[in-house]
Amino acid sequence: MTAYDIVIIGGGPAGLSAAVSAYDSGCRSILILERDAELGGILNQCIHSGFGLHTFKEELTGPEYAARYIGMVLERGIEYKLNTMVMDISPDRVVTAMNSEDGMFLIKAKAVILAMGCRERPRGALNIPGYRPAGIFSAGTAQRLVNIEGYMVGKEVVILGSGDIGLIMARRMTLEGAKVKCVAELMPYSGGLKRNIVQCLDDYGIPLLLSHTVVDIEGKEHIKAVTIAEVDENRRPIEGTERRYTCDALLLSCGLVPENELSQSMGVGLSKVTNGPVVNESLETDIEGVFACGNVLHVHDLVDFVSEEAKKAGETAVKYVSGRIERSDETEIELRATFGVRYTVPSKIAVGRMDDTLTVRFRVGDVYKDSFVSVYFDDERVIHQKKRVLAPGEMEQVVLKKANLLSREGLSTVTVRIEGE
Amino acid sequence: MYDVIIIGAGVIGCAVAREMSRYSDRVLILEKNEDVCTGTTKANSAIIHSGYDAKNGTLKAKFNVKGNRMMDRIAYELDVPFERIGSLTVYTEEEQLVKLKELYQRGMNNGVEGLRILSRAETEALEPNISDKVKGALYAPTAGIICPFKLCYAYAENACENGARFLMNQKVGNIFRSEDGLWHIATETDEFVAQAVVNAAGVYSDELNNLVSSRKIRITPRRGDYLLLDRAAKGHVRHTVFQMPTALGKGVLVTPTVHGNTIIGPTAVDMIDKENTATTAEALSEILSKSSDSIKDLPTRQVITSFAGIRAVEDQHDFILGEAEGASSFFNCAGIQSPGLSAAPAIGEYTAGLIREKLSLSEKENFNPYRKDILDPSALSLEERNELIRENPAYGRIVCRCESISEGEIIDAIRRTPGAVSLDGVKRRVRAGMGRCQGGFCSPKVMEILARERGCALEEVNKSSEGSYIVRGRTKDGENG
Amino acid sequence: MEKRELTCIGCPLGCGITVELDEGEILSVSGYTCKRGEIYARKEVTNPTRNVTSTVRVTGGERERVSCKTRGDVPKALIFSVMEEINRASVAAPVCIGDVLIGNVAGSGIDVVATANIKAV
Repeated sequence: MTAYDIVIIGGGPAGLSAAVSAYDSGCRSILILERDAELGGILNQCIHSGFGLHTFKEELTGPEYAARYIGMVLERGIEYKLNTMVMDISPDRVVTAMNSEDGMFLIKAKAVILAMGCRERPRGALNIPGYRPAGIFSAGTAQRLVNIEGYMVGKEVVILGSGDIGLIMARRMTLEGAKVKCVAELMPYSGGLKRNIVQCLDDYGIPLLLSHTVVDIEGKEHIKAVTIAEVDENRRPIEGTERRYTCDALLLSCGLVPENELSQSMGVGLSKVTNGPVVNESLETDIEGVFACGNVLHVHDLVDFVSEEAKKAGETAVKYVSGRIERSDETEIELRATFGVRYTVPSKIAVGRMDDTLTVRFRVGDVYKDSFVSVYFDDERVIHQKKRVLAPGEMEQVVLKKANLLSREGLSTVTVRIEGE
Repeated sequence: MYDVIIIGAGVIGCAVAREMSRYSDRVLILEKNEDVCTGTTKANSAIIHSGYDAKNGTLKAKFNVKGNRMMDRIAYELDVPFERIGSLTVYTEEEQLVKLKELYQRGMNNGVEGLRILSRAETEALEPNISDKVKGALYAPTAGIICPFKLCYAYAENACENGARFLMNQKVGNIFRSEDGLWHIATETDEFVAQAVVNAAGVYSDELNNLVSSRKIRITPRRGDYLLLDRAAKGHVRHTVFQMPTALGKGVLVTPTVHGNTIIGPTAVDMIDKENTATTAEALSEILSKSSDSIKDLPTRQVITSFAGIRAVEDQHDFILGEAEGASSFFNCAGIQSPGLSAAPAIGEYTAGLIREKLSLSEKENFNPYRKDILDPSALSLEERNELIRENPAYGRIVCRCESISEGEIIDAIRRTPGAVSLDGVKRRVRAGMGRCQGGFCSPKVMEILARERGCALEEVNKSSEGSYIVRGRTKDGENG
Repeated sequence: MEKRELTCIGCPLGCGITVELDEGEILSVSGYTCKRGEIYARKEVTNPTRNVTSTVRVTGGERERVSCKTRGDVPKALIFSVMEEINRASVAAPVCIGDVLIGNVAGSGIDVVATANIKAV
């Protein structure tokens, strides 16, 4: 059995950034396992721009952003294996992986960084009734076919779900000569970024139908039309609002789910809200030496934040491997998400182990205007930030200072919430 | 000229084909769709009934019980996963106990073994997640679960191995008997001649029968909607759990599958259109709400897909088997609805037996009853698996992440006879695309493998039948720009 | 006086910006949180521009399409003219990030460049 200090599961943006930061933190025994034929993950098919403003202070496309990190990995001589599927990870961190050259093999890791990313919710999970013809794609599958393979998935397109990939694909399909009839969104607000609504829909006059859903799919062999209806506040279709749209493709952009089958089978505790591992300030899961970052932990809106989070996971994994994570008996402070805040990452903090500051990321459950993000140390409000708009499609963050946490003796709970005033 | 032409390559047609290939090298199967296993066989509850449900003295009762008994041998010969997990028919109202006892007695009369009526405590011991309303159950230990696709493919492949010939995309238009007593079967493109014909055309079996027989039959297509849960829900239900019919209608069943998924369904809606497999919102919510009567806390967030199947319901509600009236050497396997899958081995054997007798055929010496399933690498040891990958590196390339299916398995599925020609054909044979992402990640790759193996362009790769193309042309082809 | 509410597309934050105009003349810009926002808002009400990304045909490469972008924004009105040129273009592998695929696309003065590497086969 080969052995590495750190094995990183996934060579997408999270895995690459974690690898680079682990190397830069002094670790020289790192292996990235990537199931695809190239590093870079989903960025390779995200050919639009908008990546890297935080990380590189310039606007890059997905493949360019990926190439920067791939370059850093190559410069450092970090090892990686492509076309390699991780089949299993044991709780004592033996990784079973497989590819066509090495066969099935085992690797003993001192630390594992989970960076498997996420997947799209399929049609079935949405319970859309009707036939099951060809021509229904998750937006990401269509994106791959159009951008990488160079195939058209349809010429008259309807998109269900206003997640970012759906919005981006509305523009892509339009530019490639298709007619995008509309984007229907079940919720009363979009799940995507505001700027994508402006530059992907508004620019091309594509209607965004909020509080609408697909109630029927026609076409036995290939999709011919869909019926879209308005929904009430309980998300049930309102009779009489049905409208039929002919189309030869239906793209689904109805949310992303962290891919935690490996984490789950090794026994990592998952959050019911994010479907990602429950982690502490070191981005360590409830299994010692197993860290998580990027979309496998919680679905991010910006890759820049994935890179930033993964950098942290790389650093703390190195600390762990070199025995520098203190295993004190210190009780962990619980981070509580409430009143509009759906979750926080991390969800617990051992103050003794944290850096001088800690970025706590979260998402809100509804649209809030002119509201405040507040942080309470037990009952005392310590942060009160005004926000013009808070939306579920966007990730928010607050920064906690170690000094502040240390100054509160007996602090047990840090609460993050939204307040009207 | 063929000894026999079988119309329809569902599990019944394929079972008859395999049993006929014991006696003849001149067996032809005509299928109107692109592949075997595309009708009722592709969308049902995937269970092998014990046989207590059918009325005493019916063909359903007789062939169900017999088919159930044969299933271990068939599963062994054809290398098909089959598990006798037992079924529980639960009741929730005290007055249903009378009816449950009737079912017990009916089952005893049908020859079903091991039937027992269980108390609530006994039921709960077998099935811990039984709903709080359940008062007890009829336990049928001989009931089981099977992969209907695999059973159908296995029958088809074994028939081919023994000399039978399958022709797809051959929709039968007319059947007539010439003066020499031979049957002529005309499809849209060809005409075939045989001494005997088997009508295994599923929901269309009435139309074929009515072309030749003096006794007309009528099949009503009855749609059943189902929901499928991810393997993450595995273990929540251990048996096939049926509900007693109530005044509000027939209940739904909840059952594990041999692949670790959970099936909930079906509804029962009589249709006019025999091809209408569109699910409806009402049906899907009906299934979900009814299922809670028998099983509590079903993890319905784990639904990965819904589907609908069409059952062929004959007016008399029984199977129609044997030579058709007024049509010598035309054999019906008509009206095969539930428990048709359970009865398939017995129907195949019975029908082939009738034809053998009619044509005075004898058993071939070289008949090979065994068929090996597509290799499942996950069943191998580490050493064996590495040996396999060394020999054929395609087994080291995982294509479907969710179900861990390698390119080697997919190529095997395509190269078999009859092999997969579409995405759905691959999916049903090796489960690539059957998992929680429903082909989101692997379908472009599977399309590429299909195109390569079949020597066609990606645009010609279909999801299922003709017309179900997936991509339409290249970007930048001028037409779009 | 005219008031226009914009959503900044300068970065994914999507700040809401208000521009006050009088007969085409900008009186005030408010709501932006960085300089890019102000620049965007001023441009958007006078001469809106966009970055265009697509793919270009590749011959002799490991893939048949390479992703590309306009190296800078082009006037919004030119987007479909830019696409026409992109759809007609073809490049022989190998292709490297930054390679100019189309110079001065649609007379905009902006080049279309490759955003991915494609090896020759």
